[in-house]
Amino acid sequence: MVRLKSNLSVNIGKLKLKNPVMTASGTFGYGEEYAGFVDLNKLGAVVVKGLSLNPSRGNPTPRIVETPSGMLNAIGLQNIGIKAFIKDKLPFLKKYDTKVVVNFFGNAVKEYAEAARRLSGESGIHALEMNISCPNKQAGWIAFGTDPKVTFKVVSAVRKATPLPLIVKLSPNVTDIKIMAKAAEDAGADALSVINTITGMSINIKTRRPHLANITGGLSGPAIKPVAVRMVWECYKTASIPIIGMGGIITADDAIEFMLAGAAAVAVGTANFINPKATMDILKGITAFMSKEGINDVKRLIGGVEC
Amino acid sequence: MSKLFLASIKENKEIAGSHYILTLSPLTKTIKPQPGQFFMLSVSNGLDPLLKRPFSIFRVSEKHFQILYRVVGKATEILKNKKAGDVIEALGPLGNGFPRIKPNIKPILIAGGVGVAPLFALAESVKYKKPLFFLGARNKKELLCINELRKIRINPVIATDDGSAGLKGTVVDALSAFLTRHSSLVTRHCIYACGPKAMLRELSFLAGKFNIEAYGAFEENMACGVGACLGCMVNTKDGLRSVCKEGPVFPLGEILW
Repeated sequence: MVRLKSNLSVNIGKLKLKNPVMTASGTFGYGEEYAGFVDLNKLGAVVVKGLSLNPSRGNPTPRIVETPSGMLNAIGLQNIGIKAFIKDKLPFLKKYDTKVVVNFFGNAVKEYAEAARRLSGESGIHALEMNISCPNKQAGWIAFGTDPKVTFKVVSAVRKATPLPLIVKLSPNVTDIKIMAKAAEDAGADALSVINTITGMSINIKTRRPHLANITGGLSGPAIKPVAVRMVWECYKTASIPIIGMGGIITADDAIEFMLAGAAAVAVGTANFINPKATMDILKGITAFMSKEGINDVKRLIGGVEC
Repeated sequence: MSKLFLASIKENKEIAGSHYILTLSPLTKTIKPQPGQFFMLSVSNGLDPLLKRPFSIFRVSEKHFQILYRVVGKATEILKNKKAGDVIEALGPLGNGFPRIKPNIKPILIAGGVGVAPLFALAESVKYKKPLFFLGARNKKELLCINELRKIRINPVIATDDGSAGLKGTVVDALSAFLTRHSSLVTRHCIYACGPKAMLRELSFLAGKFNIEAYGAFEENMACGVGACLGCMVNTKDGLRSVCKEGPVFPLGEILW
């Protein structure tokens, strides 16, 4: 039997990935946490935990609670800071033949630009993913990802500060994500990550207290998948830049569904927690699906939904 | 050897109200766990419950390992109904166990409630040192593993909150009374503990007062078990530390309460 080798490579603007399977920021540490389970060389890209200029302590515990087919988290962007990342974590990632995408955030427009500038000077960083959509930040910060004017302003500032491919991670906690997608694109984003977690809350009915110390948190996991697929599809129809789809991807079928909705690549998040080898299982499953369906290029799946 | 493996259930036995011992037989070769380390177990192949749950190691033998658990929620409700022959996925051993006990040091083991699980594992591994064991629970019915401890020739000092067995009060009260009586000997002791956070907190103050080295095994909600999700942090003098990867055992003197 002749087996054609299927083409798995995809492009996120200038960023070329060997396959469409990435990790979602905040669910894969700085790569090394999962290196014992996953051959990082086989990933399309590793997206690291969100970084800021200075280290950040995050929220009090409990930070995590499980909900039906999902989980709420309120980590609060705890991170070691850009300097420690470059010194202690980046050398490890450089040893691998994968793309390193650094997720980052600031607390003001200037901080975003400064963070992007610092990261752009380092070899071994292939793209930046800008977090404007953490649901566990204070009200003023939330505007970065929910007010299109503020989004435009902060993305424009970062665009000027970096020559690297710039991915903007959008919040689902908005009335119309299409407006946010357009604002990010107009400001110079090269790609969109869709979606971040959905704000949620869970209460212990006996103690009458919220399960999370932060009261509310970000919902992830299969519970949010249909919302994420819908938003990817809306962004795909609106924006002309590539989309990285994420939100509750557990299996290869889920990943394919996101690609059909318009995602050029996918990011696996909560699934890593359940099965540390989830990314590899998903990659194998995509290849098997393509072979079974006679699809020789994974790019043919992108936006392939018929409606 | 992969830390992610399938294990077949040999036995799942109720030992006291709502408390069970689960005996697992890994289907592939696994790393031998140390007392204080833990496993994450999947109780369902579906999406609800979604995450694996952490359980500390209770007992290890050549072919099996055992988990002692209390039924507290959805996942443990499902787990208690698992039968011999059922296969579940496990991740582990994870985290760092109790530190090796130095020569000439007499271990004092203190357990509150289901916190006895890792301390029984420790007691078995250091029984030749004839450790002192303080066992506490809310009431007589919830006192666990007395017979198992006696089988390895450890006769625990017992304390219950309601006084239905042993001393009335907490295990920390019982230990405090002991240390006060034997204050001249305390420098040759080291404390190992597991139990509710409030108990570990009281214990850390007590150990500080008598200047005794003390270690506690901690518990926090966690998603991944490998240091990635940053859900299970504790506040220490060295900053935030993850229970799953940098713990679950920490020197109690390092904790900022």
